[in-house]
Amino acid sequence: MRLSLEPRARPAQAMVWLSPVLAAVLSVIGITILFAVLGRDPVQALHTLFVAPLASLDGLSELGLKATPLLLCAVGIAIGVRADVWNIGAEGQFTVGAIVGSGVALAYGGAGHWWVIPALLLAGVVGGMAWAAIPALLRTRFNAHEILTTLMLAYVSIQLLGYLVHGPWKDPEGYSFPQTKQFEADAMLPVLLADTRLHIGALFALLSVPLGSILLGRTLMGFRIRTVGAAPAAARYAGFSRNAIVWFCLLLSGGLAGLAGICEIAGGNGQLTPVISPGYGFAAIIVAFLGRLNPVGILFASLLMALLYLGGEGLQVTMQLPIAVTGTIQGMLLFFLLAADVLINYRVRVRVPQAAGTTQHA
Amino acid sequence: MHETEIVVAIAVATLRAATPLMLAGFGELITERSGVLNLGVEGMMLVGAAFGFIGTVATGSLLAGFIIAMIAGALLALVFGGLTLTLMANQVATGLALTIFGVGFSALVGVKWVGTPLAGLATAIWPHLSAASPIVQQLMLLDPVVWIAVLVPFAAHWFIYRTRAGLILRAVGESHDVAHALGYSVLRIRYLAVLFGGAMSGLAGAYLSLSYSPMWAENMVAGRGWIALALVVFSTWKPLWLALGALLFGLVTIAQFQAEAFGLAVSPNLLAMLPYLATVVVLVLISRDATRLKLNAPAALGRPFHATA
Amino acid sequence: MDAAAPPPRLRLSGITKRYAAVTANSDISFEVGAGEIHALLGENGAGKSTLVKIIYGVVHPDAGEIAWEGRPTAIADPNAARALGIGMVFQHFSLFESLTVAENIALGLGARESIAALTGRIAEISGRYGLAVTPSRHVHHLSVGERQRVEIVRCLLQSPRLLIMDEPTSVLTPQEAEGLFDVLRRLSREGCSILYISHKLEEIKALCERATVLRAGRVVAACDPRVASEQQMAEMMIGGALPVAHRPAPLKEGRVCLAVDGLSLPADEPFGTNLRDISLTLRDGEILGIAGVAGNGQKELLAVLAGERRAPDAAAVRIADTPAGLLGPAARRRLGLAFIPEERLGRGAVAEFPLTENALLTAYQGFTRGGMVRYGAVQRYARDIIARFRVVAAGTDAPGSSLSGGNMQKFIVGREVGVNPRVLLAAHPTWGVDIGAALAIRQALMDLAAAGSGVLVVSEDLAELFEISDYIAVLSGGRLSPPRRTRETTVEEVGLLMGGRMADAAARDAVHAA
Repeated sequence: MRLSLEPRARPAQAMVWLSPVLAAVLSVIGITILFAVLGRDPVQALHTLFVAPLASLDGLSELGLKATPLLLCAVGIAIGVRADVWNIGAEGQFTVGAIVGSGVALAYGGAGHWWVIPALLLAGVVGGMAWAAIPALLRTRFNAHEILTTLMLAYVSIQLLGYLVHGPWKDPEGYSFPQTKQFEADAMLPVLLADTRLHIGALFALLSVPLGSILLGRTLMGFRIRTVGAAPAAARYAGFSRNAIVWFCLLLSGGLAGLAGICEIAGGNGQLTPVISPGYGFAAIIVAFLGRLNPVGILFASLLMALLYLGGEGLQVTMQLPIAVTGTIQGMLLFFLLAADVLINYRVRVRVPQAAGTTQHA
Repeated sequence: MHETEIVVAIAVATLRAATPLMLAGFGELITERSGVLNLGVEGMMLVGAAFGFIGTVATGSLLAGFIIAMIAGALLALVFGGLTLTLMANQVATGLALTIFGVGFSALVGVKWVGTPLAGLATAIWPHLSAASPIVQQLMLLDPVVWIAVLVPFAAHWFIYRTRAGLILRAVGESHDVAHALGYSVLRIRYLAVLFGGAMSGLAGAYLSLSYSPMWAENMVAGRGWIALALVVFSTWKPLWLALGALLFGLVTIAQFQAEAFGLAVSPNLLAMLPYLATVVVLVLISRDATRLKLNAPAALGRPFHATA
Repeated sequence: MDAAAPPPRLRLSGITKRYAAVTANSDISFEVGAGEIHALLGENGAGKSTLVKIIYGVVHPDAGEIAWEGRPTAIADPNAARALGIGMVFQHFSLFESLTVAENIALGLGARESIAALTGRIAEISGRYGLAVTPSRHVHHLSVGERQRVEIVRCLLQSPRLLIMDEPTSVLTPQEAEGLFDVLRRLSREGCSILYISHKLEEIKALCERATVLRAGRVVAACDPRVASEQQMAEMMIGGALPVAHRPAPLKEGRVCLAVDGLSLPADEPFGTNLRDISLTLRDGEILGIAGVAGNGQKELLAVLAGERRAPDAAAVRIADTPAGLLGPAARRRLGLAFIPEERLGRGAVAEFPLTENALLTAYQGFTRGGMVRYGAVQRYARDIIARFRVVAAGTDAPGSSLSGGNMQKFIVGREVGVNPRVLLAAHPTWGVDIGAALAIRQALMDLAAAGSGVLVVSEDLAELFEISDYIAVLSGGRLSPPRRTRETTVEEVGLLMGGRMADAAARDAVHAA
């Protein structure tokens, strides 16, 4: 018996949405094996990962809190990937958005201005856009591919943050900890639910879902984006400027990542520290693919990924497992997803050689 | 005398910093020459660094550590090959997945070894090094892996341009359809190239954890895998240019330490930006000439292959 | 069977090959004798390519038997085919652009032979058959004719006993084709069998002794092409009477709708062609045919006419009296330009988009309001195109990739014609489509001209250009010959211009002028 792949006449739409489910199932199996190999109880681990975080209101609000940056970053990344624009340095725009927004919060907070919160959010967006504008310029003007430039700039931004919190922005009363001063209360984002940490950033994230869907599905700009991504020669033929799309996608995703960055700070700790993200910008790439590069799908994928983060923290606390488990599981999930995706365009054909001509489709 | 010491120290440090870029970059160059873009170099290097370190501590043999690292890198590359070659998954996305997985997985398996002390390769070979003169001490830091990295570009040049296997590699990278029509097994050749790339990345990672700074730390590759990828573009897929680029980056990387040595009071964070900024600058310089890139890039790079047979 | 008679060189019995949606070959049986030139005839999509790939070992049949010189043989891969003595010259050449001629030949031989030794053997073969090739040159510098010679030399180096030629003349000038036939006849006299695939009937009559006709994956007829008429063979291929396009009476001389004046443009691709001093005028109601072998600047000329590349100055390209040289494709479309590109999926249409969105691709200017797409209206437009051009598709939601080449092209033509353009550019509009679709497409172009639009057709198919054009010009080496009235020129004359005689003439003129 031999297995072979045979192209489908048209892509199987059902597989587009079944594939993430299949990937999730395979990941659970993979996690079970992983923990068994590590000599830990897989059932307890799975419970800690996927069930325990959802058992309380507090857990659910934490889920929303972690899904917020993932969702914002992933919607931007996904729109870019639809245009074949690979912003894999959302982590960098996230960081710079947090820095610029925090600059506004630190400078103008505490004086009771009503506009401080809008201003710092705007500053976060502008910071993220500005950081993304560099790769956009390098791509459109000098043909330098954004995969590498956005990523390199992410490394640069993390050093920039380190420089600021160790140097000019360091809190003089911070007992020599590398961190900025605490934001004043009027520069902190309002909380949505009393007694939880879920802040209004979650609303922006939720809003990005319908807006992203309308952009991609109903507007000419969305059609341009999808055409540039699906068939660049067709886009050139239709007169859609690739450069304009590169700019649009990078500024949009940079702005969203920047917004995520400042929301994370102004809605969370209220100060900058050397590490402000557990890799949200990178995990958002997985979220984007898991959500089928579709904003509605990304909403669900971001919740799943947030659950993995929460569960990973739980594993650290209850089973003393390193936080790196989260990254391993994330990578595994993406592997399984990419593997399952083959079934969208191909079907598995089973050949039985001894009886020539008998073939079955699965 | 003092000046000679500085020159030797800079030259040695440059070569050592260039070594991982040279090894990983060369592996990726061969992979890309076969028409496959593997963005997972960073992940494969990290897995190589972790397994090389653990392997060495476990077996007590540096050689075993390096071999284990190469096998680990190749195994991760095999996952990449299975996804992109057999299952025809998107190469960019799969490469990113490889890196994300490699970062997490290496941290997971390496967690018990953080802070474990280890004698580096040079110390292991020359146990009485501390007794020698400073210049000899420096020169002895050029361990066998550095020498391998120095020879690699020449060997690669010979392989790609002078051997029949190199000719077939170039042919598959230019057009898998034509190669297939002529009867070459595109997938087998690409699998070999991908596995080789993974092994070289593993070796490069192990060099970092066994020689360059003999220890294991989470995420210790720190973007070198990505820089190696950029160097392949910079080299326009030519091994000798890759060597030049790697040396250039070695020099930039050690600028950090040199600045400290010369007593410059610049924030270490700002200096640490240099290699990344230099990568961007180099990419811009080389990519400006789109025609030249197009002319030299393997024409089938990144395109999936399915034989309708 | 007569025991004394030698077995045929190749015998196929019951060859069948199925793909997911189609049966490419069904129960195909025929024989090729020693030294015979055997034609394999059929429309695009009849299954010829699949069949020759099976013979050459690239594709494996699901059922059936191949007998080589009387012995049943399984041909595992092209190496095995070559070992038997089967050589193949592909329609789209199987050469690596970035490698040299000698390296390409070495790869095709599969033997470990030094490049130096090989160079000597190449010189010997190319001398014996008059096939000039330079072993040290890179393939990307070669013309299509030279590339074909490289492929043939590569086959001949293995002393083949069966040579498969897949549409070998589609890229040659008529004179080059004659030269190729001389080589093939000589090989046949030396005992080499030739399987000759083509849909050009006059060539088959001139060259072949036997013909097998395929239709929809089956053998439908066999004949002696020296006896059968072209009409008869065409009807065997399409399985019915040969339809004819009807050219409406041309209008009297209209106003200039497209003018190019002294346009020179360096190539922007590594192996592209520089355009040199191109001038042309196209008038309302007129069809201008541009003949030439692909790779002589067609792609570059169309790109600069359509606006995908900008001309050096605005006045170099004028659309309806407006200087348009610096405008992009969208702005030129607003001036009344439409364009049917050479590549269908990936350029003229997007494979994964539904037909509704493929209708939107170039017609978007009429279907947006405030940045939002009026999808309902676009869908009606797509439905109209499907109905008007009888596009076989599962509806407006069917993705482009689900259509056959001919139906996709009819849809694209419908979309471009449907916006009532003042000027229509058409690149190889019927290349690779079946006869019925080709006819519908030619008819649409002629109807559009009759309604008063100017139509510029770039094609390699001289018969087509002679059928529909009012004027014919030839593009060769990036230069455009002055247009001739179609009825005042001949295929031979156009063929000479395609072969680059124009450049010689121009050079002579330059010498005289000096």
